Amino acid sequence: MSTADVCAAILWLGVTLYAIFGGADFGAGVWDLLAGRGQRAERVRAQIDRSIGPVWEANHVWLIFVLVVLWTGFPSLFSAIMTTLYIPLALAALGIVLRGSGFAFRHALPGPVQRPATRVFGVASLLTPFFMGTVVGAIASGDVPAAGYGDPTASWTGFLPLVTGALFVAVAAYTAAVFLVRDSGAAGHRELRDYFARRALVIAVIAGIGAAVGVVALRQDARFIYDGLTSWPGIALVVLSGVCGLAALGLLVSGRSRGLRVAAVGAAVSMIWGYFAAAFPYMLPTSLKISAAAGPSATLISVIVVFLAAAALVVPSLILLYVLSQRSALE
Amino acid sequence: MGLVPSIADAGSNLLAARNQMGFTLGFHIVLACFGVAFPAMMLIAEYRGRKRNDEAALRLARNWSKAVAVLFAVGAVSGTVLSFEFGLLWPRFMDRFGDVFGIAFAIEGIFFFLEAIFIAIYIYGWNRLSPRAHMWAAVPIVISGVGGAFSVIAANSWMNQPQGFTLDTAGHVTDVRPFEVLFNPAAGYEFFHMWLAAYMVVGFLVASVYAVGMLRGRRDRYHRLGFIIPFTVAAIATPIQLFVGDTAARAVAHDQPAKFAGFECVYKGGDNQAEHVGGICHDGHVSAAISIPGLDSLLVGFSTGTDVTGLNQIPADRQPPALTMLHTAFDTMVGVGSLLSLLAVWFAIAWYRRRDLPETKWFMRAGALAGVAAVVALESGWIVTEVGRQPWIVNGLMRTSDAVTPAKGIWWVFGVTMLLYLALGTIAVVVLRGLSARWREGDAAEPGPELPYGPPHGDSEASA
Ligand code: HDD
Ligand code: HEM
Ligand code: HEM
Repeated sequence: MSTADVCAAILWLGVTLYAIFGGADFGAGVWDLLAGRGQRAERVRAQIDRSIGPVWEANHVWLIFVLVVLWTGFPSLFSAIMTTLYIPLALAALGIVLRGSGFAFRHALPGPVQRPATRVFGVASLLTPFFMGTVVGAIASGDVPAAGYGDPTASWTGFLPLVTGALFVAVAAYTAAVFLVRDSGAAGHRELRDYFARRALVIAVIAGIGAAVGVVALRQDARFIYDGLTSWPGIALVVLSGVCGLAALGLLVSGRSRGLRVAAVGAAVSMIWGYFAAAFPYMLPTSLKISAAAGPSATLISVIVVFLAAAALVVPSLILLYVLSQRSALE
Repeated sequence: MGLVPSIADAGSNLLAARNQMGFTLGFHIVLACFGVAFPAMMLIAEYRGRKRNDEAALRLARNWSKAVAVLFAVGAVSGTVLSFEFGLLWPRFMDRFGDVFGIAFAIEGIFFFLEAIFIAIYIYGWNRLSPRAHMWAAVPIVISGVGGAFSVIAANSWMNQPQGFTLDTAGHVTDVRPFEVLFNPAAGYEFFHMWLAAYMVVGFLVASVYAVGMLRGRRDRYHRLGFIIPFTVAAIATPIQLFVGDTAARAVAHDQPAKFAGFECVYKGGDNQAEHVGGICHDGHVSAAISIPGLDSLLVGFSTGTDVTGLNQIPADRQPPALTMLHTAFDTMVGVGSLLSLLAVWFAIAWYRRRDLPETKWFMRAGALAGVAAVVALESGWIVTEVGRQPWIVNGLMRTSDAVTPAKGIWWVFGVTMLLYLALGTIAVVVLRGLSARWREGDAAEPGPELPYGPPHGDSEASA
């Protein structure tokens, strides 16, 4: 493995963590939007607050991490993506601003404006995962030229990008529902646990259908990725993802929580890494290789050193935060 | 498309992108100051509260931590926007130099993580952690504020004093020396200057809230402490800031002569330069200014015989734009800094003599204005730095006009951003005022840290 490959792996790790943890925070916003009104809706929202309140900002930093590693380690890739996909990226950023401030402000505002703030939080939670999904779909379909300045609209409005966007929303909502099942179960709120479990089941089926449509779209628009996913080693990860997904489904149907999070996260993670395996050694299939996109070696080594330092400092702190918030020590 | 429209396009794009960048940075920096400096004041208040069993100090710490939470959230989203903007507005800059100065941002990422994590632990831990553990949770926040500021400033100062890399004949970066990038000649003074500015801005702003309260007759211990703690911190930072600023100015005169000639309106180089205070810079001379002969040379090199580079020695296409604005911004910063240090001296003398605040209402009135004044100085300083660097995005190496995106519609984005940030800023102020009104009405009725993005008071009903 070259230093460039190591940096790419670090980048992908960041992408994975953001997609799972950051994604779940957005997914929770989707459930907040769909909670409706009334007593139960308020209890649902209270649970969502308890679950994501302490962690959403820390989870959000994974996005910053991804952006920084991208522009430091792979500047030409960063600029190719930014100059082509600036519309969906700007909309994703808008979602981030509205989601974050809507969430931060909704309790702090005087009564009459709380509802609009909650609405903003919910709707914005759809924007970011959707447009991030279109970005990934556009990259997969090869519509981002290595030199940048690709078509600013056609690149991300094809079938594959739109399906990927929808799939991202569904997967985010699914992971969120699974986390919320665990959290409300652990807190002893049976009614809420069942509420989220029912929704997790529905969205799991929707995400499964979305994934199937996605495969068709890949076959049509991103042949290289499709071939990678249907041959070794991509196929192994696809199978693993399917097994995990079915296991999670089984656990949901039988009403058990043990292992549910692992199975659900496993399904999403193996899907993401299946994509990376399929795209390897390309950053932009099939026009920009990892080695060609990478910056000078001293920079790559710095990125690796910073990553190791971050792992040593941040991971224990994050674990501390998660443990404290899960134990309701912080509740 | 002919050449003419494409140039016109790029020109208008450049202006839009510069406005967009400057506006969003100017917004973020105020919140960033709170991220850097507010936790320290919160920690001082908590320490005092626990050490001396001071209930008012503890209440201040608790209330401030809620304000930190609101401000941190807005700071985080506005900072994220900046990260996107680097790519969306200046793709060619990132393409060419991202692998050089990006390292500073990578380091910054670590501090963001630690800050976000420990702020959450601190806020949610008020009633759940032991007093000792809770205070220790604030220490990483304070440290990461400093570290984060250093990393970002390292990136910015590198744009002023680029070094630590090798270019091949085509202008591509071939080799990077990270330490030279991080510790470029401008990093030291810019960092200290910014760090002190953050403590000044937050100290004076927070103090001004309580100054207004005291002017309205609320002279209880809570308000007194709420004024004294942040004001003392800011008052200590202010005189030091003048020294650091003075050092910065000398360094700029030496290393970035075009910028210096710009903000001092030195049209004709040479020795025995006059220092112009105020005034309008146009057509090669300064009018309506108070000009002190020889002082500029004296400040730059401790002798009126010091040679100062003038704009006449710099090619027209390398001169900074908008000289009057630059000069005014610089004088505003220096003027505010000087006035605030007088205020600090006033405070120090009264405290030394009587262990108390100056009695006159005029002191409190000045205190009420000091916060806004510090923000004005902060923004002016950034205008000096950023506009003064023009036409370069990377000083001497890459022009801003060569870095800007050709993408259309930036003016629209700028308009939307203005409206959005205006709303955000207004809401943030309304929320903070609402919080402080509630605190005034009495904390007793308040069930734990329900705000600002904490769990709502619905906990008990949720378990029903
Ligand atoms: C509370 C805010 C504040 C105060 C009172 C001052 N400054 Fe300042 N100044 C800043 C806040 C600031 C800043 C944080 O906004 C800047 C922008 C970039 C930087 O490093 O600090 C700055 C930049 C800046 C620069 C440009 C540096 C560069 O471009 O590399 C100079 C020359 C000075 N300052 C000089 C001074 C002097 C001589 C001051 C008083 C006697 C002074 N500043 C007070
Ligand atoms: C510390 C980190 C900062 C970095 C890395 C940074 C970077 C940049 C970049 C890349 C540009 C666009 C190119 C250019 O005009 O040269 C810019 C412009 C600008 N920035 Fe900064 N900036 C920083 C801090 C700030 C802050 C805190 C302010 C606050 C007001 C600010 C004000 C401006 C303004 C007004 C412009 C437009 C200048 C012009 O085009 O005339 N900057 N900055
Ligand atoms: C002098 C300039 C700057 C200083 C001192 C500064 C400092 C800070 C601080 C202390 C925070 C923590 C959040 C808060 O306290 O509100 C923050 C957030 C952030 N800043 Fe800045 N910043 C500066 C300029 C920039 C620039 C130019 C960028 C562009 C890349 C940037 C990107 C970010 C990001 C992405 C966050 C959010 C991190 C998170 O999610 O916690 N900042 N900044």
